[in-house]
Amino acid sequence: MTALRHAVGDTLMLAERSLKRIPRNPELLTAFTLQPIMFVLVFVYVFGGAIQTPGFGSYEDFLMPGIIVQTMAFGGYVTALSLVEDMHRGLIDRFRSLPMARSAVLSGRTLADIVTSCLSLAIMIVVGLLVGFSFSAPPAQVAAGIGLMLLFGYAFSWIFAWIGLVVSTPEAANSFAVMIIFPLTFASSAFVPPETMPAGLRTFATDINPFSTMVDALRALFLDSPAGNDVWGAIAWCVGLIVVFGSLSVARYRRAVST
Amino acid sequence: MAQDPRATASDVVSQAAIQAVSLEKSYGHVRALCGVDLRVAAGTVLGLLGPNGAGKTTVVRILSTLLAPDAGSAQVTGLDVVRDASTLRAEIGLAGQYAAVDENLTGRENLEMVGRLYHLGRRPARKRARELLERFDLVDAGPRLVRTYSGGMRRRLDLAAALVAHPPVLFLDEPTAGLDPRSRISLWEMVEDRVAAGTTVLLTTQYLDEADRLADRIAVIDHGRVIAEGTSDELKRQVGGERVEIVLGAQDQAEAAVWALAELAQGPCSARDGVIDVPIRRREGAIVEAVHRLDEAGVVVHDLAVRRPTLDDVFLALTGRAAEHENGRDVGRQDGAAGGEHVRAGDVR
Repeated sequence: MTALRHAVGDTLMLAERSLKRIPRNPELLTAFTLQPIMFVLVFVYVFGGAIQTPGFGSYEDFLMPGIIVQTMAFGGYVTALSLVEDMHRGLIDRFRSLPMARSAVLSGRTLADIVTSCLSLAIMIVVGLLVGFSFSAPPAQVAAGIGLMLLFGYAFSWIFAWIGLVVSTPEAANSFAVMIIFPLTFASSAFVPPETMPAGLRTFATDINPFSTMVDALRALFLDSPAGNDVWGAIAWCVGLIVVFGSLSVARYRRAVST
Repeated sequence: MAQDPRATASDVVSQAAIQAVSLEKSYGHVRALCGVDLRVAAGTVLGLLGPNGAGKTTVVRILSTLLAPDAGSAQVTGLDVVRDASTLRAEIGLAGQYAAVDENLTGRENLEMVGRLYHLGRRPARKRARELLERFDLVDAGPRLVRTYSGGMRRRLDLAAALVAHPPVLFLDEPTAGLDPRSRISLWEMVEDRVAAGTTVLLTTQYLDEADRLADRIAVIDHGRVIAEGTSDELKRQVGGERVEIVLGAQDQAEAAVWALAELAQGPCSARDGVIDVPIRRREGAIVEAVHRLDEAGVVVHDLAVRRPTLDDVFLALTGRAAEHENGRDVGRQDGAAGGEHVRAGDVR
């Protein structure tokens, strides 16, 4: 019982530590808020007029779930950065030499990401509403969509935790993030309907790419468009990613700190 | 409730705060430790002295539960570093060359965080942080972010963080590497203060003067082995008595000088950067004789002094090479703190 209470307390302590640093790194904050806002503006006002989205009320309605998914995926990037930094500066050694729960470094870090995810989700919804996005689903469904995004963001925190433990510099973590997230979101149904893509890419975008599953599920929940199996598929993807990258990260954490 | 493993430890073991037997560790093909034995009596300071890559940090990482040895065993305060690791962590403090503190927290927040991770509770952690900031002369810096701190302030905060839970055993891994002389001395004083209060310290260093000043006993480690162990004086005695140090007027005369002094020397002379180091049998008459011989050989002498051996000489004698320092300089002698008593003979021509 004491062990569990300590594990929870240690996790919360380290989550608190991670959150304290956010307002102290304004450059990070702007990267996470301004970049998605720029994406919204570019897609709505530059490309939007030329993109046909049959079946959706407006391009804004089509686009916002896509950009929200992309933003959530990028959110965990802070986890990669701070783990690289903690390893490099020997802070992980300090934590390991303390009588604290072993799991707390990773669980505290990813827990903090949920809080920042809420923040960027709120910003994205406000920006979306300002550029003309409108929810056309009942509130319970919208809430489910928000829940799904937080789960998705949490899954990506674990992907980034693993990346942060594997790479040795913040720059490498950055290029890893960009290399994964940009191609996957562009080759998905996030920004344009996949119907106009060449055959091979179209198959990838509609049937394989988990980003499409996630975006389509969010559209179903926010816009009440037909969901098919996307919502359950999206949840399955999130849980699968958390399990796989959670175990990989924990294994890697143990190895990384013991050499 | 599990029985405290220390209750079963024999009295002999409990006398030693730190005890390591035949520790071995390899990283891939590299053998970092090839059988290290150490014993540190409670309340004393052991200096683990050796060049970069000798295995010092590996020893500290094993003893502070960060790394499991491939073979051998170690107990700290009677607790096994592998089996009882989680109990042991409440008994040790670790501070090191990397100053493991969070740049994006203030000094006070760092200490409070460490206190809470020791499960002191929020209020006691805050109180302890305040005490430590006072003791480590960081009261003004306490509310500031650590990234604005100087190197010396970071090290002090790092050391303070290691002391949050009043650990009876303290590991210091090159605590003053890269610090300016004033910060080093202030950190030394803080360590001495802890030792006076009864803390057992294992300190690694590649600075000979640091080991000389802080350590009760010194273990010299090289290529993963302890090659000598004893008090500073014992080690110095191993390399014999006093030595004459001659600074040459011209470096190319080193060979001639060594030849001229061969008969006077007791053991091999060393020549480095135009400085000849000659172990001598006795002090009396040595300077006169050395000057006479050098003069006969036509060697121009810039300076000449008799001094007691330093740990640097110990190192040279034990390893066959000079201690390596980050900046390539002989730190042991740079500020005269190595205990070398200079008897200046003035400029001799």
